[in-house]
Amino acid sequence: MIDARLKLTYSGFGLDVDLHLPGRGVTALFGQSGSGKTTCLRCIAGLERAEQAFVQINDEVWQDSDKGIFVPPHKRALGYVFQEASLFPHLSVLANLQFGLKRIAKAQRRVDMAQATELLGIGHLLERHPQHLSGGERQRIGIARALLTSPKLLLMDEPLAALDSQRKSEILPYLQRLHDELDIPVLYVSHAQDEVARLADHLVLLSDGKALASGPIGETLARLDLPLAMGDDAGVIIEGLVSAYDADYQLLTLQLPDTLLSIRVTHAPMATGQALRCKVQARDISLTLEGNEFSSILNRLPVTVVSEQPADNAAHVLIRLDAGGTPLLARITRYSRDHLGVHPGQQLWAQIKAVAVLA
Amino acid sequence: MSLTSADFAAIWLTLKLASLTTAILLVVGTPIALWLSRSRSWLRGPIGAIVALPLVLPPTVIGFYLLLVMGPNGFLGQFTQWLGLGTLTFSFTGLVIGSVLYSMPFVVQPLQNAFSAIGTRPLEVAATLRANPWDTFFSVILPLARPGFITAAILGFAHTVGEFGVVLMIGGNIPDKTRVVSVQIYDHVEAMEYAQAHWLAGAMLVFSFLVLLALYSSRKTRAGWS
Repeated sequence: MIDARLKLTYSGFGLDVDLHLPGRGVTALFGQSGSGKTTCLRCIAGLERAEQAFVQINDEVWQDSDKGIFVPPHKRALGYVFQEASLFPHLSVLANLQFGLKRIAKAQRRVDMAQATELLGIGHLLERHPQHLSGGERQRIGIARALLTSPKLLLMDEPLAALDSQRKSEILPYLQRLHDELDIPVLYVSHAQDEVARLADHLVLLSDGKALASGPIGETLARLDLPLAMGDDAGVIIEGLVSAYDADYQLLTLQLPDTLLSIRVTHAPMATGQALRCKVQARDISLTLEGNEFSSILNRLPVTVVSEQPADNAAHVLIRLDAGGTPLLARITRYSRDHLGVHPGQQLWAQIKAVAVLA
Repeated sequence: MSLTSADFAAIWLTLKLASLTTAILLVVGTPIALWLSRSRSWLRGPIGAIVALPLVLPPTVIGFYLLLVMGPNGFLGQFTQWLGLGTLTFSFTGLVIGSVLYSMPFVVQPLQNAFSAIGTRPLEVAATLRANPWDTFFSVILPLARPGFITAAILGFAHTVGEFGVVLMIGGNIPDKTRVVSVQIYDHVEAMEYAQAHWLAGAMLVFSFLVLLALYSSRKTRAGWS
């Protein structure tokens, strides 16, 4: 478990959160700029000292202001990845990687050079100097450098924000491997929903220095009472299991968790039984009363209306649906709602126009 | 006609004084510059101003106060007498103390600029990579501030070589002890030995030009922090 109670006031800004986060997997601290997510991360790292704070990572207390405990950052077993890779310009890539590695005791090393360089695909860059690397390469080295300290907690402060979308998509697969192959809990700060949807298992939503919500990603994204639902990106995460692959049409059938329902997505072949994470946007779901009509839309699921609430503008409403236990969000016009007579408890069909496969 | 043995003695003394002063200033000036570049204390302004004073004060003013402080009735003079060392006025040690104060801003300011330019990020990175503050100083700050140290050393050395007013006030004109090149030139001119003055003055001119040339042509555009 990661416990972080932080209270901090600057002129014009206050942070007041009480977070209990899972001690494994990726937890995203998500919010707009100025919401306090980076300050949260810096306080947990000890780079910033919150006046009133209690920070505990599994069984280690890093700060307890009531008892006057403050472990300085260099004595905390953490890895920190900054927004800009912040490599040391006077050192080669190899020396940058070794900087943290050689400062921890041999007995504590759980990630070695070969593993880190392989995991991030940087073996061919070791002799280079940071000045001669692309932004994406620098960031991968920054991540490897942090990993080589064998941290008990990896803190990542918008590691992709300074990169263009091409570099981003170059790094994301490495971050996913990190998630899959290393057992290091990660706190990941971001304001980009697509990154969060792809990487995170747990989501903390921050706004104005307060935590509005904290919970498993699927559940939290589907909540109608959070500002997330108002955004254009509103949608849900579905984590399904591959049940079949149609090689002719290159379509993967994905079974929704705990149901017999499935959706089909275009994808490269995958073995049956593998997990795949998708995002279904609220704007890509339409509702019909009849389920058996012909349509180019591939996915049609029987759903029950759970609730509705106003959406991003007055013409739209957001409908929360239940597809055999999996929550879905649909954004439709208010006109259509009245036309179809949509009401809670109603059974109808959800047509899913597009499914973004995330992982 | 060329340099006399007295001239060479003056040159040797000047180099000794400048080297020692520069060495002391790099050791003393580094923590001061580091503090000035990082501190948010209200004392930052006053301390910065005190360090910069020699930039604007006539050297005779500094020399005058040093003379009072180090003299037999000054607190430093009383202290050194109590230690059985006599007074420091008109001694090489006195000159070194005077030069350290006089050249302080020329060492502290380039260092302060270099430390400020590094910013806090590399220090934070080093801390998250388990480096303690001393370790960070030697493995990150020192190498990143190297151009600043070179500039500081060159300026501190050159400025001490060019010192005249302070030396005259607290050192007088004692051969092998306090008679540095600038004073020797003054002596030559007083004695109407213009040819002798020419040799030394010319040497100083060439030296100063070469130092500044080295300084300005070494300022390449450095690769930025990445």
